[in-house]
Amino acid sequence: MSEDNKITDSTKYETFTQEEYMVMKNDLLRPIEKWSLIGKAWIVFLIMVCFAGVYAYYVQETKSKYVTVSLRDTTFWGVYISNFVFFVALSLVGVLMSAVLKLTHFEWYRPLSRIAEIIAVAAIMLAGVSIVAAMGRPDRLHYLVMYGRIQSPIVWDIIVIMTYLVTSCILLFIPLIPSLSTCKNHLHNLPKWQLKMYEIFSFGWEGTAEQWKLLKKTVKVLTVLVIPLGISIHTVTAWLFATTLRAEWDSTNFGAYFVSGAFLLGVAAMILAVFIFRKAYKLEKYLTEMHFDKLGQALVLMALAYAYFNVNEYLVPAYKMSGLHKHHLLALFTGEEASFYWSVVLFGIAIPCILPIFRMFRKPLPLTLIALGVFIAGWFKRYLIVIPGQSHPYLPIQDVPPSWTHYHPSTIEMTIVAATFAAVLLIITLFSRFFPIVSVWEVAEGKLEGKDEIINYK
Amino acid sequence: MEKEDKSDRRKFLKLGALAGGAVLLGSAISKAVSLEETKETGEKVKVLTTDGKVMEVDSSVVKHPAAKLPEQLPVREGIPGKKFIRVIDLGKCANARKCIEGCQTAHKVLAPVEFIKVKKMQDSDLTAPYWFPQMCYHCDNPPCTKVCPVDATFKRSDGIVGIDSDRCIGCKFCMAACPYSARTFNFGRPKQVQFTEEHKDELTENYCATKYGTEGTVSKCDFCPDRAAQGLLPACVVSCPNGVIYHGDELEDVVSNGEDTFRLKKLLKDRAGYRQFEELGTAPRVYYLPPVKRNFPFEEATEAHNTEE
Repeated sequence: MSEDNKITDSTKYETFTQEEYMVMKNDLLRPIEKWSLIGKAWIVFLIMVCFAGVYAYYVQETKSKYVTVSLRDTTFWGVYISNFVFFVALSLVGVLMSAVLKLTHFEWYRPLSRIAEIIAVAAIMLAGVSIVAAMGRPDRLHYLVMYGRIQSPIVWDIIVIMTYLVTSCILLFIPLIPSLSTCKNHLHNLPKWQLKMYEIFSFGWEGTAEQWKLLKKTVKVLTVLVIPLGISIHTVTAWLFATTLRAEWDSTNFGAYFVSGAFLLGVAAMILAVFIFRKAYKLEKYLTEMHFDKLGQALVLMALAYAYFNVNEYLVPAYKMSGLHKHHLLALFTGEEASFYWSVVLFGIAIPCILPIFRMFRKPLPLTLIALGVFIAGWFKRYLIVIPGQSHPYLPIQDVPPSWTHYHPSTIEMTIVAATFAAVLLIITLFSRFFPIVSVWEVAEGKLEGKDEIINYK
Repeated sequence: MEKEDKSDRRKFLKLGALAGGAVLLGSAISKAVSLEETKETGEKVKVLTTDGKVMEVDSSVVKHPAAKLPEQLPVREGIPGKKFIRVIDLGKCANARKCIEGCQTAHKVLAPVEFIKVKKMQDSDLTAPYWFPQMCYHCDNPPCTKVCPVDATFKRSDGIVGIDSDRCIGCKFCMAACPYSARTFNFGRPKQVQFTEEHKDELTENYCATKYGTEGTVSKCDFCPDRAAQGLLPACVVSCPNGVIYHGDELEDVVSNGEDTFRLKKLLKDRAGYRQFEELGTAPRVYYLPPVKRNFPFEEATEAHNTEE
């Protein structure tokens, strides 16, 4: 850094614009121009999984749900709801990895922000799909608009999620405008419609000082706005549970607990995404080992915060062991869910708290493996929050058929969940195949330390 | 010119109003006339005249109140002047399960779905076990109606927490909100769907007009409001052989199990009536009388009833 400062702006300007910038453009635009065979096969695979999900949903809606879905009166919210909570959590990656870092001037955010934004947009869209899959009467979805009551936390959730989705889309799109202009000017071996698309959506961007000023200002306002929105969506999602009188969800800690878990999940998702994009699109020069180092540190911080809220959520009631919480807590700690619960604690909280403290675990591969553990444990964590508690209501469940006593998600349910994951990956993959996944101008701007106007080379 | 125009318009409007009035009058007359001339069915039924004679008349002359009720009772409006309330005497319950069966017949619900359940309760090892009939408590501060996003479940003026199954979107949030697990979801169990279809128009003895919720919606105990409108006690009350359930009206200060009738306030006072989970603040409309002076010794039910999936 100190060495960089010694170089005067003008010399940097010369070297950068002449060669480095062109190299950078070529590097970052390559995934759009050249689709490898594996890349194509991956997309076909994802589309197939999505279709399997659509078919499963068709079966679910046309046949009896008593047969296709494992839900019963005892466990009425299943994997669709826990999957919904997971995706809402995942969508907070946009808040943390783009907005917070940007506003606090952590310069290493630059190549990450667009990746984070597209994950956020894809996740929040599929969160909506998950909730519709859970509905008994999806044909009455419009009733929410016709008869919506503001007293219901579901209506709050719809309002904040819609607002967050729109804001995230705008926040993804506006910094994309200069990139679209770059695409238009530098990519030629592409179908005509694609070039036309770049032209239309770059809205005649010329990169004048005034345009840059406007863009920066808009992005800044939206970035500030998206943080409270992101925190609201997950807090309100927590309230869907916390506003009920059920002992296992009856917690004042729930909003903060959910948000901290979402931030941990966000860091883990970012590590996975960076690792995959780096390898698949050969972006080692932009997504560097430094990013893994920083993300590893962020992982420790977020895991510690999450551990703190978990202690509040589980150990404080466990100390008292009141009759209301007893059955649920004991089922998790020593009962039928114990092995499941402790694996989630180990991979989802303990390991990310401790291992990335050591530098060797912040290298790309080990950190990615840790993040993968956190990611998978994160999904099961939401499962454990939503599902097991339902089997321990205040009044005991008695004299019910075997399928009512324990919930095992059906094949149909798991196919639809798999399809929602495939759809998230498909949206991210296709986006990265049509638009530069690492923002060219943001990276260039970072290297130029604020000399905006210099990067307008066509 | 203008004046003429105006007067023309006025004339036209007058004419229109006259014509409209005539049409309305005509249709009203024709309706009144047609009401008098109900079609004869040819079936004869015996009726008792006011002076005590039995005579045979055409069945079309006799109105069947139950048959007309579904259209007459709006699901969202309470029965005027009523405030339904219930007292359950735990000392009398022997787990005969007749209330469950009566309710299932009345609402055309098949096991294992039960709007009213009978649970074995034992508060600690040293306290005596007892049978605990439980249904929707029709709370005065219902947590379920608060969370409904589309106003498909609501509190009526007669104290009943109702469900509009044509409105429910099936989000199941009310099931999550209910601390008593009183609500049940129609998952479209094939046997149930077939049963509902077959017995759609059937009027059984304990018939309740409120149907088992449409597939994909929530339903629960509704205190049989259409039976109440006819002056009948709910299906579970009349089915119970031991007179466990006293149903009545808070405004009249009276509850009855069909045989004995009590002053509500006096009964609750004399027999130490209480509500389940008072501390949750839901203010149930169902009271319990503690299981003292049992009519029957407690017998463990070894038989599981709802084994069929």
